[in-house]
Amino acid sequence: MSSNKKYWKSVEELNEKSTVVETLRHNEFVSEIPTDEFLGNKAALESSSTTRRDFLKYVGFSTAAASLAACEGPVIKSIPYVVQPESIIPGVANYYATTIADGFDFASVLVKTREGRPIKIEPNDLASCAPNARVHASVLGLYDSMRVKSPMKDGKEISWETFDKETNQKLNALNAAGKEIVLLTQTFASPSTSKLIAAFKEKYGNVRHVVYDAISASTALDAFEAKYGQRALANYDFSKAATIVSVGADFLGDWQGGGFDGGYAQGRIPKDGKMSRHIQIEANMSLTGANADKRIPATPAEQRKALAKIYSYITGQAVSVDLPSHIDEAIQNVASELKKAGSKGVLVTGIDDVNAQTLALEINTALGSKAFDTKAAITTRQGNDKTVAALVADMKAGKVGGIILCGVNPVYTLPNASDFAEALKNPSLELSIAFSLKADETALLVQYIAAAPHYLESWGDVELKKGHYALTQPTIRPLFDTRQFQDALLKWTDNDLSYHDFIKETWNGSVLGGSSFNKALHDGVFSASGLSMAALVGEEMDSNSQTGISTETETFSGGSAARTLAASSSEGFELVLYSKVGMGDGQQANNPWLQEFPDPITRVSWDNYLTISKTDAEKIGAKNWHVADGGLNSSLVELTINGVKEVLPVIIQPGQATGSIGLSFGYGRQEGLKGEMRTGKNGYKFYQNFNSVQSGASLKTVSGVHEFACVQLHNTLMGRGDIIKETTLEIFNTKDKSHWNAIPVVSLNHVETPVTSPDVDIWDEFDRSIGHHFNLSIDLNACTGCGACVIACHAENNVPVVGKEEVRKSRDMHWLRIDRYYSSESTFEQDNKKKDGFSGLFGDKGSLGGFNQMETAAMDNPQVAFQPVMCQHCNHAPCETVCPVAATSHGRQGQNHMAYNRCVGTRYCANNCPYKVRRFNWFLYSQNDEFDYHMNDDLGRMVLNPDVVVRSRGVMEKCSFCIQMTQKTILDAKRDGREITDGEFQTACSSACGSGAMVFGDINDKESEVAKLKQDNRMYHLLEHVGTKPNVIYQTKVRNTTEA
Amino acid sequence: MKQVIHRKLTPKILCLGVLFLLTFSTTLVAQGGDAAKGKALFNANCAACHKMDKPMTGPPLRNIEALLADKGKDKKWIFEWIRNSPAVIKSGDAYAVALFDEWNKTAMTPFPQLSDEDLEDILAYTSAEPETPAVATVAAQNGAAGSQDGVSSQFVLWALALLFGLLAMALILVRRTLNRFAEAKGLAVDSESKGLPLWKAFVQNQFLVLVSSIFLLLAGAYFAYGYMMQVGVDQGYQPVQPIHFSHKIHAGDNGIDCKFCHSSARVSKTSGIPSLNVCMNCHKTISEVAETTANEDYSKEFYDGEIQKLYAATGWDGVNYTGTPQPVKWVRIHNLPDFAYFNHSQHVSVGGIECQTCHGPVETMEVMYQYSSLTMGWCINCHRDTNVKVEDNAYYAKIHEQLSKKYGVEKLTVAQMGGLECGKCHY
Repeated sequence: MSSNKKYWKSVEELNEKSTVVETLRHNEFVSEIPTDEFLGNKAALESSSTTRRDFLKYVGFSTAAASLAACEGPVIKSIPYVVQPESIIPGVANYYATTIADGFDFASVLVKTREGRPIKIEPNDLASCAPNARVHASVLGLYDSMRVKSPMKDGKEISWETFDKETNQKLNALNAAGKEIVLLTQTFASPSTSKLIAAFKEKYGNVRHVVYDAISASTALDAFEAKYGQRALANYDFSKAATIVSVGADFLGDWQGGGFDGGYAQGRIPKDGKMSRHIQIEANMSLTGANADKRIPATPAEQRKALAKIYSYITGQAVSVDLPSHIDEAIQNVASELKKAGSKGVLVTGIDDVNAQTLALEINTALGSKAFDTKAAITTRQGNDKTVAALVADMKAGKVGGIILCGVNPVYTLPNASDFAEALKNPSLELSIAFSLKADETALLVQYIAAAPHYLESWGDVELKKGHYALTQPTIRPLFDTRQFQDALLKWTDNDLSYHDFIKETWNGSVLGGSSFNKALHDGVFSASGLSMAALVGEEMDSNSQTGISTETETFSGGSAARTLAASSSEGFELVLYSKVGMGDGQQANNPWLQEFPDPITRVSWDNYLTISKTDAEKIGAKNWHVADGGLNSSLVELTINGVKEVLPVIIQPGQATGSIGLSFGYGRQEGLKGEMRTGKNGYKFYQNFNSVQSGASLKTVSGVHEFACVQLHNTLMGRGDIIKETTLEIFNTKDKSHWNAIPVVSLNHVETPVTSPDVDIWDEFDRSIGHHFNLSIDLNACTGCGACVIACHAENNVPVVGKEEVRKSRDMHWLRIDRYYSSESTFEQDNKKKDGFSGLFGDKGSLGGFNQMETAAMDNPQVAFQPVMCQHCNHAPCETVCPVAATSHGRQGQNHMAYNRCVGTRYCANNCPYKVRRFNWFLYSQNDEFDYHMNDDLGRMVLNPDVVVRSRGVMEKCSFCIQMTQKTILDAKRDGREITDGEFQTACSSACGSGAMVFGDINDKESEVAKLKQDNRMYHLLEHVGTKPNVIYQTKVRNTTEA
Repeated sequence: MKQVIHRKLTPKILCLGVLFLLTFSTTLVAQGGDAAKGKALFNANCAACHKMDKPMTGPPLRNIEALLADKGKDKKWIFEWIRNSPAVIKSGDAYAVALFDEWNKTAMTPFPQLSDEDLEDILAYTSAEPETPAVATVAAQNGAAGSQDGVSSQFVLWALALLFGLLAMALILVRRTLNRFAEAKGLAVDSESKGLPLWKAFVQNQFLVLVSSIFLLLAGAYFAYGYMMQVGVDQGYQPVQPIHFSHKIHAGDNGIDCKFCHSSARVSKTSGIPSLNVCMNCHKTISEVAETTANEDYSKEFYDGEIQKLYAATGWDGVNYTGTPQPVKWVRIHNLPDFAYFNHSQHVSVGGIECQTCHGPVETMEVMYQYSSLTMGWCINCHRDTNVKVEDNAYYAKIHEQLSKKYGVEKLTVAQMGGLECGKCHY
């Protein structure tokens, strides 16, 4: 009996009257294949002399010919120098000390050059702070194909002679007519430049110098100036602090110029049972907040009140503060902890309010804080909001005759950019010149673009802190027909000296005090109580008073400031603008390394976005969700503040204070960069009155979906505490190692055996006691997650940039990633307990529902942990055993080698790697128009490290422990016939690490630091129970949760 | 016969000429110093700045004595000038000052150590007639003879070819004639043999077909493998260089150490093509080769022309640098692929390996070529056989002691030291 069952292939078939089904019954395809389109023209087909067979013959022949031709090696030309410079030996790197001072980043660095090409930025050991990720990436800016290559007038290239003739004429005409000339510049903090500007003022009379910082520190400068009489910023040495309280200050990021992480990290490593305690009160989840021992989420309005409350507690002045009870109590505790710490306490704040900044100074003075330093004050921010605002108004009113811009891009960075753009077109403005690296938004609107050199091609000097000087020297001859601003000033003031000679004169005259200039140039830095920058700037500013701009600052008294703060209120959402670790103020937006650099907190690359708390997101209906290919999507919202609107994607940020939203600067650039780099939206639009907090924001969801390129999707550790081991200071001090850093055990014949025992190992152990054995130690306490190592690794190892689309497909090529984990309960420890407590599948303690809950991070205030992960160079490497062609093998020195030319691309190794550190070249990323980043043009390829091969399509790659660097160190020692001392062995990441979290060395040298770290109680291996015996070791994170 | 007489005349005339010159020169020697000694002194002391016929840092010196005699300067003045020219200039001697100004105010190095006799010798040398032409003509004749040889051997080949052609023709003709005889006599020539033809028999024997096709496949594979294995191997690569630089003359005949020019081989990963200023250290004074340098293949004119190319490249006009150099685009001979890291200093300075070990007898190479195969097998074999040079090197002290104990050997090879690990050369 046959069944009556009807089998169907599609629901459509069940519909009896379906025309589609009817058509398909007779035809293979529903619609006719349009064969006529390509076969219809019979006449043309028949008249063609090429038959199908001929065609195949041609294809066959050309393929064979091409492959035969490819066997013939190309003729390679070698062109030696005609006269070889004495200092250059081909194949040997030279290092020069120089200083970056681009108005946002100031740092003394060493530049590694090969055959005269700068290829890498390294920290200068003589300088106090290590360069950040942006400074490491700045070398790529030198080889930017979008740079302006010669002076331009109205979009056409001109010569410098024409430029000089015309500008001189116009400047003299302006001078004769008594019209005002404005210099709108970045902060130079340069003694020589100040002298030059003073000379320029003298010559042209009616000159106004306006210093403009895109991201302003004006309120802090005002407060400091009112109290200490000079326009600078207080310096903080966090290594001297036992209790650190930060109210909205992202001091591990770019707060007041940054560079505090080195000192901070020193105090974070537990020594003799002690470490610093860090309390962060903030709205956005910042890098600093993520590192804090205790983080109190608070909206900016609450932060102001909290600050007032702390002030009142410390100084004893009564200020009535009205805070929500849960915050109130927490702040009370913070204040008492800070007071108890006394001179070992320090408080910093990032609130853009003179009152708040004054309070911070008052509190630190009251504490007598040792970490607080007003003598070596920071001079790298000098902008004044009022003068900038006044300038824009004056320009609009037609009061300015000429403007010369240098290092600034106000048409992009000003909140009222359209006003400025309009003012540039004002007919009363007879001369406008922009010194710029790029034809950026501002440069396109001025009459003359004066092509400026990159800092690696320039001379310069900087006073980083009072009494701490640094020199900038060129490391390469200018690539293009450029001239730096200072040389132009010299020309305009009829000075025949070159800027180099001018600096030398200034330094010999008033900085060096008899010391050698060449020595200072060699070192890159010089400390002395010489000529004071502040005095020079003071002189300059004095002449400002002629122009009627008041730079006077009122004096603030602590009490009244606190009362003003306590009374602050807000409405709507409060927007907190911040700068990202990767992009900063947006100057380097055309830098593919930085675009692809994932944000340490959100792990999103190639974008900026609105961060929002979960509660608020639910309120307005904004969502984040993952799609099938693993990509992260978000809904779009429209942000409106005072009529300024922008449609933005959202990231629901765990730890974001409810009622606040965050948006980063630096994105949304449109001019002077390649199409791929035009990412994100411009945050400066909302930067009214140069205040990073804007209240009265309203949000509404709009239709549309945004696709993110986010490299880390799993948000929590889900209780797997053995990935990031952490403990509290109390337990660390009182309990045994086995309690907080136990070695995992497995069952062998029903006996618990530690995994380190050879009995439970499936591999045979090799003798590694002879020769070098490299290990890398990463201290999770010192690591702030800043990402300098990621960029350093990029530069050293020719790691390709793959672009947003590929990153979204998880095809990023970073050899070193910094994983960020949130806890799902309020601490990681509670996560672990919860997981261990699961019993059964269902019910309250059921693992099914339980794991589901644990997947999402605690939204109100999770704990955060960072963990840099690179190839772990396992002694028992799972990847090595599965490679079918033995392309990856183990070296005696502990490195896991990867022979790219041997790899056939099965990707088996990547699948077998428990740490997921292997990266596959899905495409050819160099000289490929589909990936139009630096490796696609001759200029950009100049940054490549000639000692490391550029990998091609279809091969696996990964961290090599910078074997080219260890091999070089060994060879140098062999050549000199000496032993290697500790500290000589370095990798790109360990040498870039400013916080001292990464230590690399030879563990067979028993005296080395890394050998000692390997014996440390805090040491553990990642996923130790897998038994891979990695050569990367981690130091357990210790949190100081003890409330004093 | 007349022709023969004429041919013999030229050398005779030349001989007479040389004899005449010789007698002339000996008379000069008799007058003052010894020209031969003078030549040695000139080369040692004067040649750095003076040439005989061309201006260099200083004026040309041929017949300087006679020239100065015209200016009213006697031998005494010349001696004074040579021993301390600044003093002569200082004394306000008008001619001396003019001379000083004319030569870019470069004072001549004083030579107080030269005795009267030495100076006499030098002057004798400067007054002597140049002695070049005789050898040059010989070289030219040699060249001509060489080319005649070439022509004759080619002629012989052609003649042989023609001969074989004629023979083949003759054979065909003989066969045809025989056939015709046979036809005429009515004999049937048995053109087809009975049974199967050989190829058909072969095709029908399956065993034979199988064996021979296996053989053919194996042979094909063997040759294909051989072909594939030499792809990218450029052993013997000998490109034509923009300047004919003879390693034979420099490293061989003149015995210049390799690392004198390729100095970066000591400290760097590349041996470095010497920059042109290194060439000019010597070639500033060596603008032409000695007559003896010329050989059958390359004449003196040819070599001198190559030195002129160097001058053009550096922008040297014989006296000054013109400032318009033309860098030389050498063709690189030894090309390691990108993915293999090789460091010269490791082998040259640390290992103490002779350059010739890899680069072959460079000192005999008129034109440089790639001597070794530069394949991975070639590297590895050497690493297996070569002992590490550990003597007097503190770096190796500990590791060598431990490792040699472990392997139970006296001396460690590179391989035992870890020189076969992939990552040592591939990163």
